[in-house]
Amino acid sequence: MQRLNKIFFAFLLALLPMMAMAQIDGEVIKPRAGKFLLKNATVVTITKGVLTNTSVLVEDGKIKEVGANISADGAEVIDCTGKFIYPGMIDGGTKLGLVEINSVAETVDYVEIGNFTPNMQALTTVNPNSVAIPVTRVSGVTTVLAVPSGGLFPGTAALINLNGYTPDQMYAGFKAIVMSFPSSGRRGRFDRRSDDDIKKANEKALKEANELWDNAVSYAAMSANGAELEYYPEMAQLAKATTGELPLLIEVNAASDIQAAIKWVEGKDAKVIFSGVSEGWRVADEIAKAGIPVVTGPIQALPTRDSDRYDTPYANAGKMAKAGVKVAIRTDGQENVRNLPFFAAFAAAYGMGKEEAWKAVTINTAEIFGVADKYGSVEAGKVANLIVADGDPFETRTNIMHVFIDGYRMPLSNRQIRLYQEFLDRSPGLKIN
Amino acid sequence: MALKSNCKHMKKVNYFLAVLLGLSIQFASAQVKKGSVLIKNATVLTVTKGTLENSDVLVQDGIIKKVGQNLSAPSGVQTIDATGKYVMPGIIDAHSHLGLDVVNEATSPIVAEVRMKDMVNPYEVGIYRALAGGVTISHAMHGSANVIGGQNATLKHRWGSTDPADIIMQDAPRTIKFALGENPTRVHGRGNGIQPRTRMGVEAVLRNGFNEAIQYKKAWSEYNAAASQKNSTALPPVHNERLQVLSDIIDGKIIIHCHSYRADEIYMLINVARDFGITKLVFQHTNEGFKVAPEIAEYTMGASVFADWWAYKMEVYYSTAYNAAILTANGAITSINSDDAELIRHLYHEAAKTQRYGGMTDDQALSMITINPAKQLGIADKVGSIEEGKQADLVIFEGHPLSSYTIPQMTFVDGVKYFDIKEDANDQRLKVSATEMVEPIMIFEGHDSRCMQDTESLFETTEALFNLNH
Repeated sequence: MQRLNKIFFAFLLALLPMMAMAQIDGEVIKPRAGKFLLKNATVVTITKGVLTNTSVLVEDGKIKEVGANISADGAEVIDCTGKFIYPGMIDGGTKLGLVEINSVAETVDYVEIGNFTPNMQALTTVNPNSVAIPVTRVSGVTTVLAVPSGGLFPGTAALINLNGYTPDQMYAGFKAIVMSFPSSGRRGRFDRRSDDDIKKANEKALKEANELWDNAVSYAAMSANGAELEYYPEMAQLAKATTGELPLLIEVNAASDIQAAIKWVEGKDAKVIFSGVSEGWRVADEIAKAGIPVVTGPIQALPTRDSDRYDTPYANAGKMAKAGVKVAIRTDGQENVRNLPFFAAFAAAYGMGKEEAWKAVTINTAEIFGVADKYGSVEAGKVANLIVADGDPFETRTNIMHVFIDGYRMPLSNRQIRLYQEFLDRSPGLKIN
Repeated sequence: MALKSNCKHMKKVNYFLAVLLGLSIQFASAQVKKGSVLIKNATVLTVTKGTLENSDVLVQDGIIKKVGQNLSAPSGVQTIDATGKYVMPGIIDAHSHLGLDVVNEATSPIVAEVRMKDMVNPYEVGIYRALAGGVTISHAMHGSANVIGGQNATLKHRWGSTDPADIIMQDAPRTIKFALGENPTRVHGRGNGIQPRTRMGVEAVLRNGFNEAIQYKKAWSEYNAAASQKNSTALPPVHNERLQVLSDIIDGKIIIHCHSYRADEIYMLINVARDFGITKLVFQHTNEGFKVAPEIAEYTMGASVFADWWAYKMEVYYSTAYNAAILTANGAITSINSDDAELIRHLYHEAAKTQRYGGMTDDQALSMITINPAKQLGIADKVGSIEEGKQADLVIFEGHPLSSYTIPQMTFVDGVKYFDIKEDANDQRLKVSATEMVEPIMIFEGHDSRCMQDTESLFETTEALFNLNH
């Protein structure tokens, strides 16, 4: 055994020079913590206006100071003259990290078997090394909600920062129990159920939801009274939504379903957030009246009905915001969460306005998720999730120059960029035999 | 004697038919509306001749008559004040499935004989929605279930016409769909247990098909030579439309548009095409085109790609959004397409992404949705730029079309306005289905691609198909 070890080590030693070579050949840039002074930028704080000739000091993972004359004092100074600093964008609903390749079932981890699985934890299955994560963050999206889907109560969503090597390092302090409200809509052309079948399925699903909810209420009450309960992890998890310990994120889209969902949550002790809400514009006043915040998207989507005006999906977020609904924007994406700023731009152009659209990908999302003390704006004391850009990050022609997550300076590379670097001017090029 | 008189009679009938045919052609072309309009004081993005500030575009009878300053409208021609707005050529989508009743004839690895122009549905509201995104021409393609699929149709979005012939661009050349990789091997190899099961099999199907077509051509030329001899008793070969179409491809009469993803399969088809002397070849999707960009540039009519789609299936995992920029830098004709009823609504924005991913100039980015797809469809002499003499397919934008905040205002096809943001009714359906008492509500959970539509029965679940799209 010892001899084998010796041989192994000798082998390793022989390999060392080769490994060192590999290190020199392939440069690896890692996220880097430190004290950084982002000097002399235009800071778009979101919550405290736009500050010109302002610097931001990043230390210990936090925004230490935002002001005009901050002493560098040992900080790495990054000159941001002529540049803009924004808070990192937050996507209020994605499958990022829960799936690698959609058509390869072995890599699809967002949908579990069963209709009642609220204890399925998105945070467990987030792959910190998903190729899509670095592809996403170079766009300025620093934080996303990872959402499981599938059954009636498919699981528990988790807010993650796009930096870290374990899910716990990524976790950004918000979880919610997901509910897919019985839907009267169709999921696409392949969905050829009759209207009657859809109606019956919905009635059945709603009945089941009511029973499960009632049981969960009882479970919570008995549990609070110290009763000894059987091991029932699904019910134990849903019970947390009935008491408001965990918010309830209800995926609901068709207008009549939104109305039904508003009615359904009435009188319940749940902290409710609606997600999806494609037809929210049809019943925006009712959502506003109910005081339920909304995470809506994708913005670049087809109208839900053939008779609808072509731009209804672009205008939906703005119409809800105008009616007084607190609106956040999501991509509902997996590999292309990087399009969040462009979705926000479409919402801005079609009625929401730039300022409100920025809130919908930063502070509104943070407030809806109860993490506005840490995220969503450039303010001293908040987590240093920041982007530096040479223009408006919603424009495709703008370059994102720096991304900070948790105070780490993130490498602005990813596999797509490395492929660009290798193949732009391929060598050998065209070789005619 | 009797025979002779019969022949005479035939000639008369032929003459009569020819006259009728001539009339019907005139009738058909008369149905296609042509408009006249003067667009004033715009920033004119000609794409091929630079950007002209404060300029006018005069359209007469569907043709761009003049581009310049201080033009005045002939009497009866409407003037549109486009001060502060941008005018660009109508956007051309080289990969779409809009306006088609059926997309896939998935029954054989080669179905070259079927034609999408027999399946055109002018009622699909998606055509109007594409117009609202500035798209005036789309390439209505057969699906990707077959190695050699059906022949495509190039559509002009003349919304409101209910005759399918009116929305087909009759002066566009023939094109045909090919497909490599996962889709044909899944449908035929895994689905039906026949070749191709692998990318090797795909090559074999192509080579066998073309060789059979050469035999077919030879049989006909031998017959034609024999039949021209006196007292010939030669019998003609049996007509085979499938092989006839393949011979037409070899003869350069049809442009191939090939669904492809991986560099190896792209390179394979380039080699097959070279071996058979085929040069009219465009790659579609082409996610790994960047890896063989020099070869694509040298031997083909380029690639039509997504701006940023990737990772929805294995063969697009090693993609990069810099694909279009790499292809362009290597000299390949590059276009950005949609293949999707949603994406087609904002191709100007998809093109703009090439500025984020590779720093394309405005003209390079705009070329990818105008003159470049026009070249790939063989219609660049007619459309794809704002030039005198070209067909007046135009879009007016509020804001530069490559800005994320831009909003298309008006869209013209042949000088006729088919979209006006200020005037159009909200409900643009041309007809309402009598069987739909309640209008269905579609909550799309992903891309609404129809590349594999009509092959549902071949999959375990329709949802699996949904995920395996494109």
